Amino acid sequence: MSNKILVTEDLTVNFDGFKALNQLNFSINVGELRVIIGPNGAGKTTFLDVITGKVKPTEGRITFKQHSNLRQLSEHQIAQLGIGRKFQTPRVYLNLTVRENLQLSCHRPKTVFSALLSPPSKAARQTVQGLLETIGLVLSADKPAQFLSHGEKQWLEIGMLVAQSPDLLLVDEPVAGLTDEETFQTGELLLSLAQSHSIIVIEHDMEFVRQIASHVTVLHQGSVLCEGSMESIQADPRVVEVYLGQTPEVA
Amino acid sequence: MSSTKSQQPQSFAIEVALVLAIAFFLAFILPLLLSDFRLKLVGRFLALAIAALGIDLIWGYTGLLSLGQGIFFALGGYGFAMHLKLQLPEGELPEFFTLYGVKTLPWFWQPFHSFPFTLISIWLIPMIVAGLLGYLVFRNRIRGVYFSILTQAMLVVFFNFFNGQQKLINGTNGLKTDTDTLFGVVMGSDTAQKFFYVLTVLVLVGAYGLCRWLTQGRFGRLLIAIRDDESRVRFSGYNPTSFKTLVFAVSGALAGIAGALYTVQSGIVSPQYMEIALSIEMVIWVAVGGRGTLVGAILGALVVNLARSLLSEKFPEVWLFFQGALFLLVVTVLPQGLIGWLRKALDRVLRMWGYGPHATTYPSLEEDLEQQHEQQNLGH
Ligand SMILES: Nc1ncnc2c1ncn2[C@@H]1O[C@H](COP(=O)(O)OP(=O)(O)OP(=O)(O)O)[C@@H](O)[C@H]1O
Ligand SMILES: [Mg+2]
Repeated sequence: MSNKILVTEDLTVNFDGFKALNQLNFSINVGELRVIIGPNGAGKTTFLDVITGKVKPTEGRITFKQHSNLRQLSEHQIAQLGIGRKFQTPRVYLNLTVRENLQLSCHRPKTVFSALLSPPSKAARQTVQGLLETIGLVLSADKPAQFLSHGEKQWLEIGMLVAQSPDLLLVDEPVAGLTDEETFQTGELLLSLAQSHSIIVIEHDMEFVRQIASHVTVLHQGSVLCEGSMESIQADPRVVEVYLGQTPEVA
Repeated sequence: MSSTKSQQPQSFAIEVALVLAIAFFLAFILPLLLSDFRLKLVGRFLALAIAALGIDLIWGYTGLLSLGQGIFFALGGYGFAMHLKLQLPEGELPEFFTLYGVKTLPWFWQPFHSFPFTLISIWLIPMIVAGLLGYLVFRNRIRGVYFSILTQAMLVVFFNFFNGQQKLINGTNGLKTDTDTLFGVVMGSDTAQKFFYVLTVLVLVGAYGLCRWLTQGRFGRLLIAIRDDESRVRFSGYNPTSFKTLVFAVSGALAGIAGALYTVQSGIVSPQYMEIALSIEMVIWVAVGGRGTLVGAILGALVVNLARSLLSEKFPEVWLFFQGALFLLVVTVLPQGLIGWLRKALDRVLRMWGYGPHATTYPSLEEDLEQQHEQQNLGH
């Protein structure tokens, strides 16, 4: 049990009678890279919303590290515990430069007074510089983020996520709208991050899933349909059925 | 990297020199050029510019449109006026009390006997009121239009309270300060007025410095981040409530100081300072000058008010139409206000002379329509 970083038990989210999550039981080990797939509307984004405190579960509970119930905490407290999130559409601060975007995520403690009074530490500056290199945006470092391409924004947001140095990274559709080349690079980036973080990736792109996944969870109608290696998932007739007509390449 | 580093102290020094030069001009040269009457007007407008700085912090940088700055402005004004009203021989009450048959000084007047208390209260009381109001509102995640409506509703509540309390605060008549004395000097005298004019310039410089300090660095970037995508800020581990509360409190404090300086230079404070129109006008000044730039807020307050006083001397009826038109013009044609327009013009001139635009100039949003479109359609 102690090597689980996140466990959810009987998690249910009820939107006025519609169960976006239905008795969801899920867990992920420390250091694991897990991919969650599932048809549109399966509840994948809602799952991340519940973990990060954006949506409160109707029932069930979430255990993160030694914190047995995230329910009472608000978003920023959960983030401070060490859960970072990348959104489905890239959300970066468009009027700040790339470097400033990273600095904001990097800095801690995240109180008013430290934001006012303490200058960025040398370590933080080095982290930011290192991240700029990792995400390949050194040359754009002092450009406002609004001038980045879509792919660069996706990467910047992944960089912001890492700058937070969370223990668990939640990454929602990181390659949506990227070229094949960029998709591949993103996969490599996530694989290298997986060496030092636990990561949950949500993705539709099966080619990409094959590249990064060893372990896949399939969500369907708010519950786990099945779990296992990519090969066993693809061979599972239930998966083929829920995806029929949606993502033919699974079959 | 290394070049920007060596340029930073240099540009900072240039800015300080520029601010001091302008302050020197305003404080010591301008009084030689203008009549006393005009100088007093300028002094009042400079006081209003302090309030505009506060609005720029809360609206321009943090994206919260407060329509209730009049509350804090008036609180500052009342604080100072009450102290002046109490400059009387032992045992006497300000004369309006006798009209209503009040025999003892209301309790909340008592501390205003003290000059140090008054000096602190003119910014601290508005700051506390704004901080409390802000905390309650922001904690409940009230944003956008609802915040604006709420601040305006509070303004109406305060207005009605002050307007109705003859026995406490002289109601609708307000407090007149021109004939009161402070340290033996009559407030309406040229000496006192000159003093307050110079003081206003100095306070404005201080307020500018404070806002500059707040908006540069990480705190300022966080304000912009909160303005652009508040919920994203939460997921980065920051609690926007504390940041917004602090900024709103500071903007309240600035409005309070502005109100006090405005009061002594107009000779009166009254519930009219809490009329809805004035608080909306304050927002217009910032919009006209260019929100999100501190210089823009100051410039807007000065330009609009100077235009008003010049125009309404000649054609009193036209002013309101003119103000409306000005606002429409800014919203439709100059979304970044006068400052944005000046910046662009300057860039163009520099380019014509063969200098490239400065690397540090902000890229103008509207030149890239596609990006702008994308930005607007970015859902939450
Ligand atoms: N706030 C809400 N109120 C009501 N229904 C909601 C709300 N948020 C999500 N839903 C519904 O919950 C279901 C799951 O949505 P969710 O966004 O989690 O799906 P998803 O698996 O991320 O899909 P996609 O692959 O398209 O991103 C959808 O049917 C959606 O309409
Ligand atoms: Mg989704």
